[in-house]
Amino acid sequence: MTPSETKRLVAEILAAIAPEADISAVAGDADLREALDLDSIDFLNLVTGLHERTGRPIPEADYPRLFTLDGIAGYFGAAAD
Amino acid sequence: MTTKDAGQDYGVRAGYRRITKQVESLRPPPNLSDYEAICRHFRWDAARALLDGLPGGAGLNIAHEAIDRHADGPRGDEVALRWLGRRGQRRSFTWAGLRDATNRVANALGALGVRPGERVFALLGRIPELHLAVLGALKAKCVVCPLFSAFGPEPILTRLTLGDARVLVTTEALYRRKVEGLRDSLPNLAHVILIGEDETGTAVKGTEDWHALVGAADPHYAIPPTDPEDPALLHFTSGTTGRPKGALHVHEAVVMHTLTGRYALDLHADDIFWCTADAGWVTGTSYGIIAPLANGVTTLVVEAEFDAETWYGVLERERVTVWYTAPTAIRMMMRLGSEALKGRNLSALRFMASVGEPLNPEAVVWSNETFGRPFHDNWWQTETGGIMIANFAAMDVKPGSMGRPVPGVEAAIVTREAGRLKVVREPGVSGELALKAGWPSMMRAYINEEERYRKCFADGWYLTGDLAMRDEEGYFWFVGRADDVIKSSGHLIGPFEVESALMEHPAVAEAGVIGKPDPTAGEIVKAFVSLKAGHVWSEELRRDLLGHARKRLGPAVAPREIDALPTLPRTRSGKIMRRLLKARELGLPEGDLSTLEDDAR
Repeated sequence: MTPSETKRLVAEILAAIAPEADISAVAGDADLREALDLDSIDFLNLVTGLHERTGRPIPEADYPRLFTLDGIAGYFGAAAD
Repeated sequence: MTTKDAGQDYGVRAGYRRITKQVESLRPPPNLSDYEAICRHFRWDAARALLDGLPGGAGLNIAHEAIDRHADGPRGDEVALRWLGRRGQRRSFTWAGLRDATNRVANALGALGVRPGERVFALLGRIPELHLAVLGALKAKCVVCPLFSAFGPEPILTRLTLGDARVLVTTEALYRRKVEGLRDSLPNLAHVILIGEDETGTAVKGTEDWHALVGAADPHYAIPPTDPEDPALLHFTSGTTGRPKGALHVHEAVVMHTLTGRYALDLHADDIFWCTADAGWVTGTSYGIIAPLANGVTTLVVEAEFDAETWYGVLERERVTVWYTAPTAIRMMMRLGSEALKGRNLSALRFMASVGEPLNPEAVVWSNETFGRPFHDNWWQTETGGIMIANFAAMDVKPGSMGRPVPGVEAAIVTREAGRLKVVREPGVSGELALKAGWPSMMRAYINEEERYRKCFADGWYLTGDLAMRDEEGYFWFVGRADDVIKSSGHLIGPFEVESALMEHPAVAEAGVIGKPDPTAGEIVKAFVSLKAGHVWSEELRRDLLGHARKRLGPAVAPREIDALPTLPRTRSGKIMRRLLKARELGLPEGDLSTLEDDAR
């Protein structure tokens, strides 16, 4: 997944969870939870959304790899390779 | 099934066996080794002897008990507080270091002209400046009110206004995001003190810089004489209706913090204690700040939110011995499974406790199998100021039970009949949980809400609003709430506050908010709205409303789900029937609907 694809996917999922979040200015290495004021339940819902949209199972141990946009891109990029 | 049968079956029915303790083999020996004997001989004046009091008999001040008495003793150069930042930073404070730093804060407040009794608010995450601000302000005899940093601007404005804030201590980032736009609405807020990122300075119009202000202040300070009944701490909590209530606690509360630290958390002098509570809620103050320090125990402050890898790493590396956390985090650990603990050396960890909402018996059993020791659930509220009912280190755990009253606390199940209070002596009967009034950390007021305060008491009992039952052995079991407040991730949320924010949206005619059971958070906030004429429900409107609520309330308070209904059910007196909304949402029997408007049925 390219960085722009990742951003679009995350933006689409967040639109249903945290519609007020403006992801456009968030840096790739910024912690999404801090940058967008997401709490732990929001984050769980984001992970659920990523799972539903990509079809890829996401074990809980991998959650810390999804804290940033770069992390998400890398995580799903690796799956596609 | 009668109420009584339901009570007796609780826990046992589902096959949760009691977890027995071999008291003689526990090391160090538990502080509360013989519950019955200690309860029998308990006297509050003896408990007060755990504290030193101000030098020269000048009264009792929380900050002296938490810091100065240790700083001035042989352990002054040992670590009192260790902070682990989100990005791996570490900062440590010795008792002497905390003493000097809080003295500076007290002097800095004095230099600003802040007087005893005035309210100092702290809107901060888990950073050491929270401890310094709270304890420094207590030295100066200000009343301290910590606020949850995940609040949106609206809950912040409400609380700063109701609490008549004179000073706000916050970070530059939180200020810009949540407070800057409120300043015109806060004419009495005289000083805003900003903490910069990574201990750097700030320069923001209309504010003062923490480091410049505190750094320039004198590290010597003598705490003025403090009456144990002088107000010290203000914590807001939510009821079903109306505005948040500001529960006021006095300096004498430190007796309870210290006692429960010893008995309910089994703190010993050489412990490393970690309380994971969010700052801004009462646990973050009573046990995140005061109880460990007052007991002379090293306290660990961890900034990061829960993720198992980070938290298990902290437990292992920091050799945490006593851990106080909450059901939402425990349930997340359960989802992750015991795999995540493989290879971890948690041999230092000897006591684990949980608070915030009832810990489900599955989680107690799981923790016992996974950690080799159970989480010990305990029960208390903002109003009680400290732990009231607990599972103790030396006492068998019945999974799902909140345990037994702390020595000195008298708890009972009561019913109200014809305006009179009746204490239920018979075990296994559910009723309202009540506490005999008069323990040291009992709230002394809801500020500016005398009537609501009085309503909490009857015949010398404090009425908790929780329904519970007591079994034959004296263990208490949570049954439910007597009102409509919502418990989400351990935080109490008042439906009224959420409904009010939703009503501000131009499309919304009326709003009703309930707690919907959730496997991780306990409950999530769910809102029902009806729309004004000319508005049509759509996914777009749902998102607009959700974003509106989150911007105003913050993620912790805003609804996670919103549905629209043609009208909301109301009583004949016009109150929205949240109970009915909830029954419908959960597919439960709707009960007596005879008082409802016909068109809403």
